[in-house]
Amino acid sequence: MVNRRTLLRAGVAAGALFAAAALVPPAAHSQAKQPIKIGFSMALTGGLAGAGKAALIAMEIWRDDVNKRGGLLGRPVEFVYYDDATAPAKVPPIYSKLLEVDKVDLVVSSYGTNEIAPAMPIVMRKKLVFPSLFGLAVNDEFKYDRYFQIMPAGPEPKTDWSRGFFELALQQKPKPATVAIVAADAEFALNAAAGARANAKKMGFKIVYDKTYPPATTDFTPIVRAIEAAKPDIVYVGSYPPDSVGMVKAANEVGLKAKLFGGGMVGLQFAAIQKNLGPLLNGVVNYDFWVPEPTLNFPGVNEFLAKYQEAAKGKGVDPLGHYLPPYAYAYLQVLEQSVNAVKSLDQAKLAAHMHKATFKTVVGDVKFGRNGEWARSRVLMVQFRDVQKDNLEQFAKPGKRIVLYPNDWKSGDIAYPYKQ
Amino acid sequence: MRRVDAVFWGVLAAVFLAGLALTEVMANEYYFNAMYVILQATIMAVAWNILGGFTGYVNFGSAGFFALGAYTSIVLDKALGLPLPFLILGAALMCGLMGLGVGYLTLRLKGVYFAIATLAMAIVLETFVNNWSYVGGARGVYLLTPEKHLWFKSYIQMLFVAMLGLALGCIAISRYLNASRLGRGLAAIRDDEVAAECAGVPTLRLKLVSTTLMGAMMGVAGAPYPFFVTFVDPLSAFNLFVAVNSIAMPMIGGTAHWLGPVIGALLVGTAQEIITVNVSSELNVLLVGVMLVVFITLAPQGIVGLAQKYWKRRRG
Amino acid sequence: MDLFSNAIVAGILLGAFYAAVAVGLAITFGQLDIVNIAHPAFVIVGSYCTWIVNSRLGLDPVLAGVLLTPFFFVAGAAIYRIYYAAFERTGQESLSGLAFFFGVMFIIEVVLILVYGVDYRLVTAGYIGDTIEIGYVGIPYRMLVPCLVATALTLGVWLYLSRTFMGRAILAVAQDRLALQLMGADPVRIKQFAFGLAIATTAIAGALLIIIGPVEPSVGRVYIGRAFAIVVLGGMGSIPGMIVAALILGVVETLVGTFMGPSWAPAVAFGVLLLTLAIRPSGLFGRQ
Repeated sequence: MVNRRTLLRAGVAAGALFAAAALVPPAAHSQAKQPIKIGFSMALTGGLAGAGKAALIAMEIWRDDVNKRGGLLGRPVEFVYYDDATAPAKVPPIYSKLLEVDKVDLVVSSYGTNEIAPAMPIVMRKKLVFPSLFGLAVNDEFKYDRYFQIMPAGPEPKTDWSRGFFELALQQKPKPATVAIVAADAEFALNAAAGARANAKKMGFKIVYDKTYPPATTDFTPIVRAIEAAKPDIVYVGSYPPDSVGMVKAANEVGLKAKLFGGGMVGLQFAAIQKNLGPLLNGVVNYDFWVPEPTLNFPGVNEFLAKYQEAAKGKGVDPLGHYLPPYAYAYLQVLEQSVNAVKSLDQAKLAAHMHKATFKTVVGDVKFGRNGEWARSRVLMVQFRDVQKDNLEQFAKPGKRIVLYPNDWKSGDIAYPYKQ
Repeated sequence: MRRVDAVFWGVLAAVFLAGLALTEVMANEYYFNAMYVILQATIMAVAWNILGGFTGYVNFGSAGFFALGAYTSIVLDKALGLPLPFLILGAALMCGLMGLGVGYLTLRLKGVYFAIATLAMAIVLETFVNNWSYVGGARGVYLLTPEKHLWFKSYIQMLFVAMLGLALGCIAISRYLNASRLGRGLAAIRDDEVAAECAGVPTLRLKLVSTTLMGAMMGVAGAPYPFFVTFVDPLSAFNLFVAVNSIAMPMIGGTAHWLGPVIGALLVGTAQEIITVNVSSELNVLLVGVMLVVFITLAPQGIVGLAQKYWKRRRG
Repeated sequence: MDLFSNAIVAGILLGAFYAAVAVGLAITFGQLDIVNIAHPAFVIVGSYCTWIVNSRLGLDPVLAGVLLTPFFFVAGAAIYRIYYAAFERTGQESLSGLAFFFGVMFIIEVVLILVYGVDYRLVTAGYIGDTIEIGYVGIPYRMLVPCLVATALTLGVWLYLSRTFMGRAILAVAQDRLALQLMGADPVRIKQFAFGLAIATTAIAGALLIIIGPVEPSVGRVYIGRAFAIVVLGGMGSIPGMIVAALILGVVETLVGTFMGPSWAPAVAFGVLLLTLAIRPSGLFGRQ
């Protein structure tokens, strides 16, 4: 009786020890030309995997480019990364492994607020520089002075996100008076909607519809009908890819009579969705971060996109790569240029440099403000125009997504009001 | 005290002391992070098994209890700023109450209907949390790790020790239930509830004990979670994987014996952690699926069942 | 009034689609008592297969779905064989069967991710995007076509089960397996046929799903709750009950979404389910 139980327990303990042994890292290798290791977690499975995989491709292109140029500080660059499966609970163990076991020299973030936030306490404790990829206003909570966000949402991300949409509305004559705000019940969309609400109030719009919907919604026609019933002049939507598709289709089917439609719809930047929606997109004014317009022809971006599009073939990710990949490449460029400028891996020196310098990247000039966000917002408002049916290549060229705002990058005038 | 009990408590104490010792000698935080996740899974598996394995009622809504524990912790922290032990207590109370409610549900619903009802409850709860702006609603809420961590070297060490203590406590309770008269009553309910009722077993009372304990334990597993991840939103707190793991682990380990969920959680949890940091990617999800299918098909009684069969054969 | 009637119509269209998703589960779970939690995952496989046929061969998605049914039938029959050999024969079902299908669900999801990646897939068809207007009610073809096909599917299944010999055998094996054996029919083969039939319906349901909106591997998860709720609400074993339950769910979700705010829709839908379970667990039309 006692024997069996103790033996079972001993077996369990042995199994646990064996497993623990498997977690122990291999012995350190030779001293000569030690590579610089950059560690991160990335969503390669789960809800954000489409973007995460595309980002990884871009990051690997950067790594290969850097190594071709001789590496960083004369040492080759290596990545150490793990899949966080879009699960926040996986992030702390991954980052502690990267730092304690793999002993990486530099860390960068995963993609998305959900995956960036859990790593913050760890990097803050170790006082590491933390270039971050597309998280909305994460640093508002942590107020960490070594956090740097590559998403160009500007010094006040929550309101800067939608400001362009409302400023465009203000410019029209007659001035629209009422706005409908609708958002998915999920982190980014709700934050975008909150910002929209604040902007609307500040700029004197009357909010006639303000509701959210669960992400699992199948049919958006009733929602659009309810919006239409409130007779808004402009409609601001905060949505994720499947709902963005649903909203655009429903808006066309219902015949939405609003004069301005769009705003914060994620997914309308993705090639597969653009191709499928085709002409339904015409007239929609939505946020974007980079489009192939002549005003955004930054040095290096076209070469990068060519490399990305080649590498992305057959991998089941966005074939054009206009949305996240250039920024994934850029946040590593920022790191690279800082390391080269201070000629060391000292985190304090890197952080100081990142706050001071203006970086020249494939997404243009990058300058960070005090809170780690961009010093000047560059959330573009683009309008889809002349989109043809069933044609993916048209989006690789200028003319289909006209930049309306901000003025510095404007490439055309708005076609107002929004018509189906 | 019987010799068996003495050995058990001895092992438990030894494990706990080993955990404490680990916090002194190991500075490498990774292991604490990884073990926290495994311990959390262990508590969930042990808790689920009390209702699922011992009593025979399948709970699909484990994620609901877990998330309720996490959100209770958040609310108490935001409203009253209580320290961790009180948060855990609060979560245990709240989720125990919910477990009690679920227990009364068993009066009307049996078998698969009960399982569907627990799933529905989890979804309804998730919708409420989604719409409750005090805890951030669907936008999620940030919970910064506090500066003080008693005499431990870091916060994660404190969380680890707390989870270790909680896990060992839950295992002890589960073992007590399994071996005691209460446990025999539960087994009677599992095998044939009507017959048990006729034989005089106080089925309702036992079921209520079972569901309340399960609820309280799952709440306890969820209470420190917000501090572990810093950012909690309903989508990740209520996610399907938590529910599936809490069912898969006891099933793989063996549902009839208290050791089953422990073995299942250690095995599957460790495998998942190893895969995450070595091979990573889709294989982690594939692992759970394949392990589940293989084990269930070949060893329906779980690992404990296999071991028991092996020993019986050895005895002749 | 305008908004209300539109909401009702939209709810009916949606409910009919839900019925197509749930009809297979009504057979496996409602009648055979097999807790096939992987059912929505099969629907997603149906969506992907439809997408492949649609984008490579240019066939209409509905047509593609129909053409895929024989393959899905065979796959379903094969899976049942494994399930039977491992569980039913040894009398282990319910919990073990549930765990088995959980595993199957994850395996399906991961294989889809490995093969197709996680980008959203959509189909194109001539009628997607147009709307017909009847009075002040607008009906988009994108919802109408799935609704019509779904109705044909569920009515077809119902007629099959109640009128043909094989169909009645399936109902019989659900009710009294021993009696069926005594009558000379092989319950295992009948159940295998039924399971195959259920999986065959997922081919069509998947085609409808991808007509309505974009699909990626984890989309199936939100339908788990809905599908089981519909089958239970309608009453185990009753196809007409399931259809009514699906329509109710669709209409309630849409009404709540239009007038109260969509974020409450799931709570209301599942609240209705809980209420039904509390008052009348056998569902609307279920056998007592």
